[in-house]
Amino acid sequence: MAQTFFTEDHEWVRVEGDIATVGITNYAQEQLGDLVFVELPEKGRTIDKGDTVVVVESVKAASDVYAPLAGEVTEVNDGLSDNPGLVNSAAEKDGWLWKMKLADKAALDGLMDRAAYDATTA
Amino acid sequence: MAEPGELKRLPLHDLHAAAGAKFGGFAGWSMPLTYPAGVMKEHLHCREAAGLFDISHMKLFVVSGREAAEALSRACPIAADGLATGQSKYTFFLNDEAGILDDLIVTRVGGERFVVVANAGNAATDEAHLRKIASGFDCTVEALDRVFLALQGPQAEAVARDAGLDIAGLGFMNGKETVGGGFIARSGYTGEDGFEIAAPLDAAQALAEKLAADPRVEWIGLAARDSLRLEAGLCLHGRDITPDTNPVDAGLIWAIPKTLRSGGAYVGADALAAAIAAGPRRKRVGLTPEGRQPVRAGAALVDGDGVAVGTVTSGGFGPSFGGPVAMGSVDVDALDKPIFAEVRGNRLPLALHPLPFQPHRMRKG
Repeated sequence: MAQTFFTEDHEWVRVEGDIATVGITNYAQEQLGDLVFVELPEKGRTIDKGDTVVVVESVKAASDVYAPLAGEVTEVNDGLSDNPGLVNSAAEKDGWLWKMKLADKAALDGLMDRAAYDATTA
Repeated sequence: MAEPGELKRLPLHDLHAAAGAKFGGFAGWSMPLTYPAGVMKEHLHCREAAGLFDISHMKLFVVSGREAAEALSRACPIAADGLATGQSKYTFFLNDEAGILDDLIVTRVGGERFVVVANAGNAATDEAHLRKIASGFDCTVEALDRVFLALQGPQAEAVARDAGLDIAGLGFMNGKETVGGGFIARSGYTGEDGFEIAAPLDAAQALAEKLAADPRVEWIGLAARDSLRLEAGLCLHGRDITPDTNPVDAGLIWAIPKTLRSGGAYVGADALAAAIAAGPRRKRVGLTPEGRQPVRAGAALVDGDGVAVGTVTSGGFGPSFGGPVAMGSVDVDALDKPIFAEVRGNRLPLALHPLPFQPHRMRKG
């Protein structure tokens, strides 16, 4: 069963097996406003925790999205090229950013659950 | 007054908070950046109907007295005594090197009385500059404490009329004082028809509530104000024009009367005449990035060999244009070659685009 974790940088991480899907939270998209461009990583790229993996651009500014965990990018959400607004309308579902094979599943222990995350934005 | 480092609140702050504004710092003020509709919808609404902006961070001065026109003709490259009563003029404060200290709108509201509208970020230095120059003339400078609203868009005239605003006789770039210490001008920063309206707090609060209640009107935040003015090819002081930019390099010589281009009594006249004679070193141009990725202010511009040729001075996404748009300052000898912006280690190709990106629809008087 899929389990979802959250980071202090307002990302969500949904884990199924050793594959994690990463996106930004609904709270984050609200703060950013209307997105007009999403710069996605190359498939196969190895990323370390904290690396800038994605840049989301709103009308006004560019913001970095960091790797919440180490691993290898296995898939990116190509639909965002034509429709970056999907991140606004469905941040925690169809507006996902990339999937990655986790280097170390034990690192998930350092992330928050929904209740703990919601408490940080309350 | 706010403590140093603390953001000042607009007089109508609570009204914006009640309208659901998100606030952010700009030029020392806590400004509404967006309202619940969001920057994209706000921008498009302003182009389609009417947008209401709180621009009370901007500063109004009244220069009055027997030599008010002479003082302004010394402070700015204009012939203030040649302005008709009711006429507004886009102009500048220049430094001795003809660098642009600020861009302004000066309106003659009476025989010996002028209103000067200055940018928020430069208000304090503008006031000191203006007072210093005015001290040599028989005139006074008064800094006004006013709420300042902008009503912009194709429906602005109908909305203004229905709200009972005194807009009779106002064509584009006309302005006048109104009863009760108010000022209204047909001008703006969006490329649309519209008005800029100053009033003392009590009257302004009631006016803002009345205008915002009009179904044709939406509040517009600073984020959409920026995308609207960028599409309109209008300069933001501090970005597109600075004290290191002269009107020649900024492509703003049109704002200087022909008779004052070879010299005059204004500050910076000799340096400006020399700059005009020498020709532009750089040009302010419109730029469109290939693809969907915006380029932002501060990005370096290079030619195909990676040699620096300029800087992006404003950049973002143009909701009406339907793609990313930018303005930049480019060396004149690089304008016939391919130009790229350096963004996060990549070189993005850019095309030159005539300014404005969105045709102006101001109402000529």
